[in-house]
Amino acid sequence: MAAQDMTFHTDKGILAARLKAVLPPRCLLVDEEDLRPYECDGLTAYRALPAAVCLPETEEQVRDVLRVCRRLQVPVVARGAGTGLSGGAMPHSEGVVLSLARFNRILRIDANARLAVVQPGVRNLAVSEAAAPYGLYYAPDPSSQIACTLGGNVAENSGGVHCLKYGLTVHNILRLRAITIEGEILEIGSEAPDSPGYDLLALLIGSEGMLAVVTEVTLKLTPKPELAQVVMASFDDIGKAGEAVAAIIAAGIIPAGLEMMDKPATAAVEPFVQAGYDLEAEAILLCESDGTPEEVAEEIARVRAVLEKSGARDLKVSGSEAERLRFWAGRKAAFPAVGRITPDYYCMDGTIPRRRLAEMLQAIAGMERKYGLRCANVFHAGDGNLHPLIMYNAAQPGEWERAEAFGAEILELSVALGGSITGEHGVGVEKIGQMCVQYSTPELETFHRVKAAFDEAGLLNPGKAIPSLHRCAEYGRMHVHGGELKFPDLERF
Amino acid sequence: MQLDDLAARVREAAETGTALRFRGGGSKDFYGGLLAGEVFDVSGYRGIVAYEPTELFITARCGTPLAEIDAALAEKGQMLAFEPPHFGPATVGGCVAAGLSGPRRQQAGAVRDFVLGVKLIDGAGQVLDFGGQVMKNVAGYDVSRFLAGSLGTLGLLAEVTLKVLPRPMAEASLIFETAQPQAIEMLNRWGGRPLPISASFWHDGRLTVRLSGAQAAVAAAREKMGGEWLLAADAFWQQIREQRHEAFAGEVLWRLALPSAAACLDLPTALAVEWGGAQRWLATDADAETVREAARQAGGHAVLFRAPESLRCREGAFAPLAPALLALHQRLKKVFDPKGIFNPGRLYAEL
Repeated sequence: MAAQDMTFHTDKGILAARLKAVLPPRCLLVDEEDLRPYECDGLTAYRALPAAVCLPETEEQVRDVLRVCRRLQVPVVARGAGTGLSGGAMPHSEGVVLSLARFNRILRIDANARLAVVQPGVRNLAVSEAAAPYGLYYAPDPSSQIACTLGGNVAENSGGVHCLKYGLTVHNILRLRAITIEGEILEIGSEAPDSPGYDLLALLIGSEGMLAVVTEVTLKLTPKPELAQVVMASFDDIGKAGEAVAAIIAAGIIPAGLEMMDKPATAAVEPFVQAGYDLEAEAILLCESDGTPEEVAEEIARVRAVLEKSGARDLKVSGSEAERLRFWAGRKAAFPAVGRITPDYYCMDGTIPRRRLAEMLQAIAGMERKYGLRCANVFHAGDGNLHPLIMYNAAQPGEWERAEAFGAEILELSVALGGSITGEHGVGVEKIGQMCVQYSTPELETFHRVKAAFDEAGLLNPGKAIPSLHRCAEYGRMHVHGGELKFPDLERF
Repeated sequence: MQLDDLAARVREAAETGTALRFRGGGSKDFYGGLLAGEVFDVSGYRGIVAYEPTELFITARCGTPLAEIDAALAEKGQMLAFEPPHFGPATVGGCVAAGLSGPRRQQAGAVRDFVLGVKLIDGAGQVLDFGGQVMKNVAGYDVSRFLAGSLGTLGLLAEVTLKVLPRPMAEASLIFETAQPQAIEMLNRWGGRPLPISASFWHDGRLTVRLSGAQAAVAAAREKMGGEWLLAADAFWQQIREQRHEAFAGEVLWRLALPSAAACLDLPTALAVEWGGAQRWLATDADAETVREAARQAGGHAVLFRAPESLRCREGAFAPLAPALLALHQRLKKVFDPKGIFNPGRLYAEL
């Protein structure tokens, strides 16, 4: 992982005094016991105690906090619900956590224009709940959707199980209102289909809080399909399951969801949720179709035919909404289920061209032996996004380091196979080293210059997402021994 | 033509401070602001580099004609779902740089929604790769998507990777005789329901709507919506996509991008309405200020899409940016093109 940038030295007394001048007491935390809950996000292995936590309630307060930090040269880490899995919201020990949790109002739902205007602290699922009376919903559905916020979704360009058909966050955002570190308000995008000038929405979405702080989001709402049905297929060979996925796409079908789980994953979830998974199978595939009843019937028939031809050993089609949800329950509960059978797990997020899946899984099996750790795999098969869950015990000396090295090797292989180190969780602090593998020096320099065009002083979320060239030089040296570190118990920076 | 040659030419231009004007097929020379700089014809850098139908992507060099890409995709039953116009000999590089989408945009999304990766030659002549060939990739800023529609002002898109989609199983088009306000109302009402509407076009009292999807879905939607059946629908939509329909004639043509439900503007009535109400075309000699202000009031913007060069240069092809955004654009331009040699003035006089 990344060491924190040590170029910042914050006088915490002065900082607290300046923040007190712009925030009411209920909006500012500076005592250690109050700061403790903010020391990490969903990636709990990386922690730092911030100098202060601000919980502004108005845009003016956000702007004032940013101006204070700008003046004092204090790092700012914006935070939503803190469910992120890459440490993107991990605090800076010399900095401020800017929590948008109190920006939790849905400002407007326009059913006719099919859009919602929300504050960044609104939970993802809350939008769909509020839109439901109009027959509409917000399509991107990351697995943390009951808790994660739209601001966080924008920062990470979150996906979900339905993004093959309905797109990522970047495909479902119409407009952002954001404040730069200089306190300047940017209106980006609109309710029209496009805006003049450069596509700044594309740049901001997925920028991991590095460019600006979002204070308002306009989302596209989608008509709710009348019906959804899911086919569950099991395979005695993981390669065959991968080929079945390719065959579905080749048949001209874009399913609403297309997910795969391997045997260790189904073994972990079945006792937990009783989804009815075939525990003998090497892989199971869930393929969802949605639309009008006629459309679903037609598509399910075609999917069935393809899967049978692809050598599925068993096929089940959900006969009711309850059964559909049960089939999905296992996939959706995969992370907590794995959490039950191991003291700790480490979730990876690489993407690979789908046709390289069997190769990747074989390599992961080899890595399990190499690092002496088990791994279960869940896979957004439709879009090639693999989530290996590496099981370890943090209480055992050296196990976390082995898990981390295991994960790093998976990510580097993802790049080598033509994919990416992260499909939807973001780089954060976690994958900052592997960024050096995915991008060349001139590409990283370009990223740094883009960052500087928004935030010249480098105060927004420093040390995240884009590695310094110095760090890459160190990362390269560290990897001289083929990914195995000489002193696994030593702290690495 | 080799990638190295392209990069060398850019480096040379950067050294001598020579402005370059990228040109693929030249099909969109009419579009945008000033055409300045030495013509840098990149049409020779062409060819499909990779196409994996089951991975849903195609990678092609910038000079590859769109027609060649369409043909390759059609062979596998796939398409560029944003239906970019060809306007004759368009190339894939120009298609992404101009960022123009066709009728299916209302259902499938715009060019930028389908950009997965680019190989960019920046203002220093460096070859940079952003994005890739996978659907999901959130490592680093999404520079490749950001470049869509930048009109070559940030660099040469030497190679692009686009997401492709299967062609719909079935399509049918319906006609409704209706005035413009009612057409806009109908389109928004339908838009809120799970109907497979993939294109819409209103002109002169007649609304045409295309349905695309599974056979059963198209049949069921036809039943629900009514209307008259349009024969030779493919040719009709081709006409719209390529702007050969009479609605696009005329010397001065404005494109208005608006919230789909925006009421008819207080301007000479729009000639044509597309994208469920979100794209409207206007032929008017009203002054630019008036048109732009009306579009802005309605929550959108107006592009002087086709007009004599003198008019586009005087009024600007695109709506002016707010000062904070313009300053940001200038900083971003400097990131990619510090010497300001790429297509100067094509997007904004200041860039």
